[in-house]
Amino acid sequence: MPAGTLYRGREGMWSWVAHRVTGVLIFFFLFVHVLDTALVRVSPEDYDKVVATYKTPIVALLEYGLVAAILFHALNGLRVIAVDFWSKGPRYQKQMLWSVVGLWLVLMLGAIYPVLGHAARELFGS
Amino acid sequence: MATTESTAAGVGPVEGGSLYDVDHPAPFIEAPRKRTKKTPKSTRGNFEMAAWLFMRLSGVVLVVLVLGHLLIQLVLDGGVSKIGFAFVAGRWASPFWQVWDLLMLWLAMLHGANGLRTVVNDYAERANTRLWLKGLLYTATVFTILLGTLVIFTFDPNIR
Repeated sequence: MPAGTLYRGREGMWSWVAHRVTGVLIFFFLFVHVLDTALVRVSPEDYDKVVATYKTPIVALLEYGLVAAILFHALNGLRVIAVDFWSKGPRYQKQMLWSVVGLWLVLMLGAIYPVLGHAARELFGS
Repeated sequence: MATTESTAAGVGPVEGGSLYDVDHPAPFIEAPRKRTKKTPKSTRGNFEMAAWLFMRLSGVVLVVLVLGHLLIQLVLDGGVSKIGFAFVAGRWASPFWQVWDLLMLWLAMLHGANGLRTVVNDYAERANTRLWLKGLLYTATVFTILLGTLVIFTFDPNIR
């Protein structure tokens, strides 16, 4: 820990860190995603071959992580907009963060079956 | 030191105005950042403000576009299992989904590129490092946007 770093942000700082980390991750995924989709201009076989790897259980887990990052970034982004443009936004930033986290948890629970279901069927048989 | 102008102690003369007038019987103190004729013209423009506003506006649109995209690709109709060349061909047969994907591509890439620009500005301390990282970032961004746009506009379902 560098000397003199007494500042400890609470919800505000950690949501900022999470927003930044998820943003960078999503951006790097976006590059790859545009490249893999560009394969439709090469041939249907090449595209289907690459997309087939996206249907494996390991990548399904990565997809679940991607959904987690995107959902947090989207919900917290709306909170940032509310903090910036809503007159009472800064006062309720903490409550809004916990609403974001709660909604995110609910959506992540809801995403388990659609995103990971096919992987579970493959691993454990249907 | 003799001056012809009398000024109240500690209060500088206001640009082009008298210290006292009918509306200001007491000494008038200039706003600290008031723009005067002597203020240098800003050479920076409003780029950072436009970038800040763009992040919020594009963000709202992207919430709809991207969450809709995730719902279609990963949740509805059997999730990721249904995706393949035929599925892409089916969706891009409609101009609606072409525009959807094109808008999503441009907004997401610009939103992400500006986000990464901020990250580079925050953490790369040497001017040269920033220059190279941003050069790489802008090159990759322009390449990806152009590639994606080309793919959407030139997509051929009967390629084979």
